[in-house]
Amino acid sequence: MAAKRAERLVNLVIALLGTRQYVSAARIRATVPGYEADDGTERADEAFKRMFERDKADLREMGVPLETGRTSAFDTEDGYRIARADYELPELTLDGEEAAAVGLALRLWESAQMAGAAQSALVKLKAAGVDVDPARALPLRPRLDSDEPAFEPCYTAARDRRLVEFDYRRPDEGAPAHRRVQPWGVVAWHGRWYLVGHDLDRRAPRVFRLSRVAGAPRVTGPEGAFEPPPDLDLAALVAGQDGGQEQLVVVRARPGAAVGLRRTAVPLEPADDDEDGDLLQLRTTDLSRLADQLAAYGADVLVESPQELRDAVVERLTRLAAMGAPA
Amino acid sequence: MTAPGTTERMTRLLSLVPYLTARPDGVPVAEAARDFGVTERQLRRDLELLWMCGLPGYGPGDLIDLSFEGDRVRVTFTAGMVRPLRLTTDEAVALVVALRALLESPGLAEREAVSRALAKVSAVAGHAGERTTPVALSVDAREQALTVVREGLERGRALHLHYYVPTRDERTERTVDPMRLLLVDGHTYLEAWCRRAEGVRLFRLDRVDDVVVLDEPAAPPAEAHGRDVEGGVYRPGPEARLVRLRLAGSARWVAEYYQVEDVREVDDPPGGLAVSVRTADLAWARRLVASLGGGAVVDEPAELAASVAADARAALGRYAAGARPDPGRDARPDPGRDARPDPGRDARPDPGRDAPPDPGRDA
Repeated sequence: MAAKRAERLVNLVIALLGTRQYVSAARIRATVPGYEADDGTERADEAFKRMFERDKADLREMGVPLETGRTSAFDTEDGYRIARADYELPELTLDGEEAAAVGLALRLWESAQMAGAAQSALVKLKAAGVDVDPARALPLRPRLDSDEPAFEPCYTAARDRRLVEFDYRRPDEGAPAHRRVQPWGVVAWHGRWYLVGHDLDRRAPRVFRLSRVAGAPRVTGPEGAFEPPPDLDLAALVAGQDGGQEQLVVVRARPGAAVGLRRTAVPLEPADDDEDGDLLQLRTTDLSRLADQLAAYGADVLVESPQELRDAVVERLTRLAAMGAPA
Repeated sequence: MTAPGTTERMTRLLSLVPYLTARPDGVPVAEAARDFGVTERQLRRDLELLWMCGLPGYGPGDLIDLSFEGDRVRVTFTAGMVRPLRLTTDEAVALVVALRALLESPGLAEREAVSRALAKVSAVAGHAGERTTPVALSVDAREQALTVVREGLERGRALHLHYYVPTRDERTERTVDPMRLLLVDGHTYLEAWCRRAEGVRLFRLDRVDDVVVLDEPAAPPAEAHGRDVEGGVYRPGPEARLVRLRLAGSARWVAEYYQVEDVREVDDPPGGLAVSVRTADLAWARRLVASLGGGAVVDEPAELAASVAADARAALGRYAAGARPDPGRDARPDPGRDARPDPGRDARPDPGRDAPPDPGRDA
């Protein structure tokens, strides 16, 4: 950035921080060095206006809380000021260990956008007097956002509440389909990144795995285009993505078999000397997934109820039994 | 849009004076440059620029004043720039989310410090933190096992544990010498010397049951080295068998979930995918194929297809013999099942969570 421009912006911040009064654009033009002087021509006025608009936009984008308003009823136009309390980072004292934790944490980011934000956060913390020394090995893999090109656009869209569009390839479909989503947020779950949002075409909440986004997502439309649900719990949405009503399932397992199933099952009263096996009660929100799992136990586990699940397992077994047989 | 360089330099310029204010004895220029992540030359340019800035009036008493003594720089007049600018939303998210990730990271001794730092940083994140953070993290670990394992590591004691091996659907019992905790792909692993297997093994914590700390010291032998997990936890050994599958649409997720080779699109089944996967244990492949419920055709080895089919026929035989469903329970309709939204449908095919075990890993 041109040194002149940087100097002007710093001076503008200092000037507006140093006043409680709102300062008019004309006054700013007259005092802060670097603005096109008022020589009475329209051209100079235009040049100043353009410059000042751009400076205001840049400061706001940097997070400088630029206020507009009038100090008294006699003012004929809006002025500007920066309230110190809104501008300044509040007091923050970190001991050595806490500062080390911060230094460690900030190295988890890899994408340009988040790594850049982490770096400037670090600069601000150091400016607040915190001594951060990032130099330790991490027991983490992968880095937070590595290898996910869709992360940045999806995050940005969620942050600014703008619409995001992308082609999405479901693993069970050959060709990617176009999706339009109001993004609520991105979630890391079991080391994978997901986008959670409202799918405009399907008119329902959806969870998308970022690695299945084909090509670059496009962020479109104005900011603040939607409001995420008020009591949104992003992680829970992804974790419970098979989320449906919980159903009770009863299976009969051969003694000693189905060890994995027993880890989450509740044993029911052993049916009187039934040598067929132990009755186990399971809970599921996704019968079809459970059917996959139970089919893999083969003859070790039989479904007692519900019938729907029993049928689903028998259907799978019937297909499996035909394997290797001549078609 | 602002050029990224503009924001970066402005953040630095607005932070430099507060940075020096917080260090009243001055700072070597080289150290300040390091702290800001720029060259010494760039930092000197920034300081020179700041020297030209100040309060309106811009007379000698209004301008930012810096003093250089040897290689040290000190601020003598701040022109009112005493604190850095607040954190932006991006900065607050970068900090808070990373600290949360760290807090959930299992191998870290200083959890207390991380949690204190998180509380303090969240407090100053202010308005940026008030909005719903558009990033969330979730790590799965059995909290109880984690606590015990951590205690063993900290006290340098051996552990006795029951470990579920999904490959063989077995619960095993072993004594291990803990080495470290790792977070790999969202799962927490204990890396330890397993006395039974006489080798270094990774134990996924959500498969650890009934773990206790023993009185005897942890003594991994000298030849026990930590594994490099950069490429993932599973490395097929030289003895691994090659399994060739053709996946139907419903089973294509397998190609994302496991390390597969020779992936290519095929027409039979329609929209299918042919893959090869290496496993040390055919029992794993049998479970995987069976859990796909016919969604995968086994091309190789032939014995795998035969054994899956035989298992299924045996199971069907049992169903036919003891067919006595419970009509009372099943007659009940299940209203609302179709009405409710299914947010997960699109990301769903990860039954791998625990269901199909990993290809003959650990144990």
